Amino acid sequence: MSLKLERVNDFVVKFANVNGSGSASANELFARSILRMGVPVSPRNIFPSNIQGLPTWYEVRISEAGRLGCRGGVDLMVAMNPQTWTEDVAGIEPGGYLLYDSTKPLPPSQFREDVHVIGVPLTELCNSVYTDPRQRQLFKNILYVGVLSALLDIDVKEIERLVGEQYRGKDALIGPNLEALKLGRDYALSHFDCPIGLKVRRSKALGDRIFIDGNSAAALGCVYGGATVAAWYPITPSSSLAEAFGRYCGQYRVDPETGKNRYAIVQAEDELASIGMVIGAAWNGARAFTATSGPGISLMTEFLGLAYFAEIPAVIFDVQRGGPSTGMPTRTQQADVLACAYASHGDTKHVLLFPEDPRECFEFAARALDLADRLQTPVFVLSDLDIGMNERVCEPLGWDDSHRMDRGKVLGFEELESGKEFGRYLDVDGDGIPYRTYPGSHPARGAFFTRGTTKDRYARYSEEGPVYVDNMERLIKKFETAKSLLPQPEERRAERPARLGAIYYGSTSPAMLEALGALQSQGIALDLLRVRGFPFHERVAKFVAEHDEVFVVEQNRDGQLRVLLMNECGIDPAKLVPVLHYDGAPITARFIVREIAERASLARVTPLRKSTP
Amino acid sequence: MTYLAKPKLHHPKLPVNRLGYTRRDYEGAVSTLCAGCGHDSISAAIVQACFELDLPPHRIAKLSGIGCSSKTPTYFLGNSHGFNSVHGRMPSVLTGANLANRELIYLGVSGDGDSASIGLGQFAHSMRRGVNMTYIVENNGVYGLTKGQFSATADKGSKSKRGAVNNDSAIDLVTLAIQLGAGFVGRGFSGDKAQLVPLIKAAIEYPGAAFIDCISPCIAFNNHAGSTKSFDYVRAHNEAVNRLDFIPAGGEITMQAAPGSLSEVPMPDGSVLRLRRLSEDHDPTDRTAALNYLRQREAQGEIVTGLLYLDPEPDDLHAHLHTVPAPLNRLGDAELCPGSAALERINAALR
Repeated sequence: MSLKLERVNDFVVKFANVNGSGSASANELFARSILRMGVPVSPRNIFPSNIQGLPTWYEVRISEAGRLGCRGGVDLMVAMNPQTWTEDVAGIEPGGYLLYDSTKPLPPSQFREDVHVIGVPLTELCNSVYTDPRQRQLFKNILYVGVLSALLDIDVKEIERLVGEQYRGKDALIGPNLEALKLGRDYALSHFDCPIGLKVRRSKALGDRIFIDGNSAAALGCVYGGATVAAWYPITPSSSLAEAFGRYCGQYRVDPETGKNRYAIVQAEDELASIGMVIGAAWNGARAFTATSGPGISLMTEFLGLAYFAEIPAVIFDVQRGGPSTGMPTRTQQADVLACAYASHGDTKHVLLFPEDPRECFEFAARALDLADRLQTPVFVLSDLDIGMNERVCEPLGWDDSHRMDRGKVLGFEELESGKEFGRYLDVDGDGIPYRTYPGSHPARGAFFTRGTTKDRYARYSEEGPVYVDNMERLIKKFETAKSLLPQPEERRAERPARLGAIYYGSTSPAMLEALGALQSQGIALDLLRVRGFPFHERVAKFVAEHDEVFVVEQNRDGQLRVLLMNECGIDPAKLVPVLHYDGAPITARFIVREIAERASLARVTPLRKSTP
Repeated sequence: MTYLAKPKLHHPKLPVNRLGYTRRDYEGAVSTLCAGCGHDSISAAIVQACFELDLPPHRIAKLSGIGCSSKTPTYFLGNSHGFNSVHGRMPSVLTGANLANRELIYLGVSGDGDSASIGLGQFAHSMRRGVNMTYIVENNGVYGLTKGQFSATADKGSKSKRGAVNNDSAIDLVTLAIQLGAGFVGRGFSGDKAQLVPLIKAAIEYPGAAFIDCISPCIAFNNHAGSTKSFDYVRAHNEAVNRLDFIPAGGEITMQAAPGSLSEVPMPDGSVLRLRRLSEDHDPTDRTAALNYLRQREAQGEIVTGLLYLDPEPDDLHAHLHTVPAPLNRLGDAELCPGSAALERINAALR
C-alpha cells in the first residue's frame, strides 16, 4: 500500500452508527473538541425516519479554510454499524483510514487494500470495565472518541472540559466518562503510531464565530423580532424550531415579577389550524409565526391564499426536506420554492426569503416579522434540513438596540379619532400598501369586515368585476414595492470579465463558494449571484442579461428557482442552465465543479464546420 | 350583489342601554339570506343579547367560516371587526385572535356543514383547549348556499327536499362539546328568542369555551315533511329543560316570577346564572348526568334545548398558557426584545 493520506486541519471523518445507541452526543463531543481548538468544522447528521435500530451517520468536515459545505468522500470512517459496513468501507478515499471494532475478527475480504485499517477491540475493552449493559453501550461511544483524540492528535484537555460542561450538575457522570475517554486514548497511544496521517492542529481560523443550528437561530430571531404567538404542528425537520422558541421564551420572555409569559405557543392539531391561528393572531395585531415543512405547506395553502387576499401578515418557516411521506423527508432538499411562491388558489404570489446559514436564519426571522407587518402579507423563510438541523459555524448573531419593530401601516385610536380617512384597501401612499386597524381600537371608527376577494376599497362587500380588478392591480403594485424592501442579492464578480454566471441560494452557499475556487483554478471565470429574496430584485434580471449563460444551482429536480426566474423576469430558458442536485444529501462542491466544468468545456468546443449561410 | 347599509334613522324614543346605545347600534347590514331564514332570528338574538349586556360593540370580534351562517356576521354588530375566514376553520382563526388580545369578546359563528363536516377537527380542538369564546352553530342540517345537500348533523333517515334519504349517522355537536371539555354547552332554537337571548348572554359572559347549538330551520331546503330540522318538527319535538336568566355582575334582577324550581349558579366575575328548571331530571353541572339525559331524551325523539352543561369552575387557554394579563398585541420592544447584551451572552455560550 503506497498512498497514505497526510492532511492537517483539512479532512472528513464519518461515523456510521445505529440510531438510538447514544452515539449522537459522543459524535458531537468529537466535533466540538476540534472547534475548541480553533478549527472550523461542519458536521452533518444523516438520519433515518426511525428512533431506534436503523443506520445513522454523522459526518464531520474539518476545514481550517472554513469550507463548510459537504465535500463528498470520507478520509476516516468510524464504522460502528455492521449493517452498513460494505457501503461505509466503499466510501473511503484511497489512502484513507478505517477505524472499527475488532472484538470479533472479520475476514480479509471485508477490507480494502488501499485503506489503512485501525482495529480497536472496543466491545472487549468496554466489557472488561463496565458490567451494566446500558453503560457498555454508551461508553463504547466515548471510548472511540478517546481513540480518535490520540489518532488525530486532538487536545484531550478540550474534550475533558467539554465533558465537564455537558454534565455540569450531574457530576457523578463526569468521572465514568473521563475514564472511558482515557481507556480509549491510552489503548490507541500504546498500540498505534499516533497521530496517523490526519491531524488536528490548534488554529485561530475559527475566530469569534459561533456554532449553532439554523432552527435554533431562527427561533431566537423570532424572540428578538417580537413574535408573541407561535402555532405549529410537529414535522421533521422543523419541529426543533418551535421547540427552541419555547426554550428561548422560557429564558427571555417571562415577566420577572409575575412569572407570567409574554408569549403563547400552541401545538395545534394540524398545519391548517397552525396557520389559521397565526392568521387570527396577526389579524388581531400580534406578531405570529409557524414552522413547518413541505407537507405542512400543502395543507396551509388555502389559508395562505386568504391571507394574501385579505392582506394579513404571517411568517412561515419552511424547513425544506425531500418530498412526501416518510424516509426521504429526513434528508435535505430545496424543493418547495414553487409551492411557496405560488401557494394557494386564485392569483397569488408570496414573499420568500432564502437564508444561507444560521446567522441569516436569525436575521431573516426578525426581518420577516417586520416585512410581514409592513407588507401585510405572508412571508416565507425557506431554509432546509441541512442548515436547519445541523450545527454550523457562522458569524456571531448581531442585534442593533436602536431597532424598533416595524408594525407597518396601522391606524390607532388617535388617528381614527382625528378623523383620518380609513379605507382598509385604499392605496393612500401609492405603494399598494393600505392601512389597517386592529380590532377594538375605536368605538365608532375603523371597524371593517375581513373577507377574501369580494370587497371594495372600503372593505364593503362587492361582487363587481371592476372592483375586483382594481384590488388585484393594487396587490401587484404592493408586490413590486416588496422588491425594494427585501434583502438584496449578493454578487461576487470574477477577477476578469466572465461570460458565465451562476445563481444560487440558501444552503448551497458553502458548496458554491468552494466550487468557485476550484473552477477558477481550472481557468473557468464565473460571476456569482446569491438570491436572498423573492420577488426578485431588478439586479437579478440584470445579472442574467450581462452573461451569455447562467447556471442556476439548486437542490431539486425541476429547477424551481429557474422556473421562477423564467416566469417572473421573462428570461429566455436557453440562457438558464440548470445544475440540479436532489438525492437528499447536501449538494457538494465536487458536484458543482463537475457539472459546471463539463458544460463550460462543451461550450468552448469549436464547431468542426461553420454553418454556411 | 353589493353591500346594503341599513338606514341610520330610528325612532327617537328607542330605549338606550347603559352605554347610551340603542339596539339599532348593534345591527349590521341588511341580510341577504332568504326571507324567513332562522339565521336572521339568531342574528337578532345576538343583537338583543349584546344590547342588553351593555357591550361596547367595538370590543367584540366576530369570526365565521363559510356558508349561509357564516355570512351572518355582516348582518349584526356593524361596529365590530369581523372576519369571514375559511370553510371550517373559524375556530383556529378565533383561537389565534384570542391569543393576541385576551381583552376582547370573541363571537364565533358557524354552521353545521362548517363545524360538523369540513371543520369537525377544528371545532373539537377549540373546545378541548378551552378558548374563551361564544361559539354558535346555526344548525339546519343542510348545505344552503350549495342548494340542499345533507350536512353531518342531518339525522339518519331524514329526507332531503328532493326525496333522498340520509343513511349516515348524525353528529350531535352538543354531546361532542360536553365530551371534549367545553365549559358551557347549550342548545337553542331560532324560533324561541325568549330562551335564546339569555342563553347567548350567559355564553358571552362565561369565561371559557361556551358553545351553543342553535337549531335554525332552512326554509329553502330543509323545511319540508320528512326533515327533522323543520320548524314544525322542532316545535313538535322541542323539550326545553330549563329557562335561563342571566344577571350580570352588579346588574339588576329583571327576571319574572319563575315557575318550577330555581337554582342560582354564581360565576367568577360576580354575575349569576338563574336556571328555572323545567325538568327535575337534568342537572347541568354534572357532565355525566348531562350526557345521560341527552341520550335518554334523544331516544324518545326529543330535541332538548336550554343550558345543557355548565362547568361552574371555568378556565381558559390563557390560564393554561400562563400568559401575562396585558394583551400580547400591546407588548412593545422593551417587553419583547432581550437586546444585544443578552445576545452577546448567547453568542459566548455558542463557542
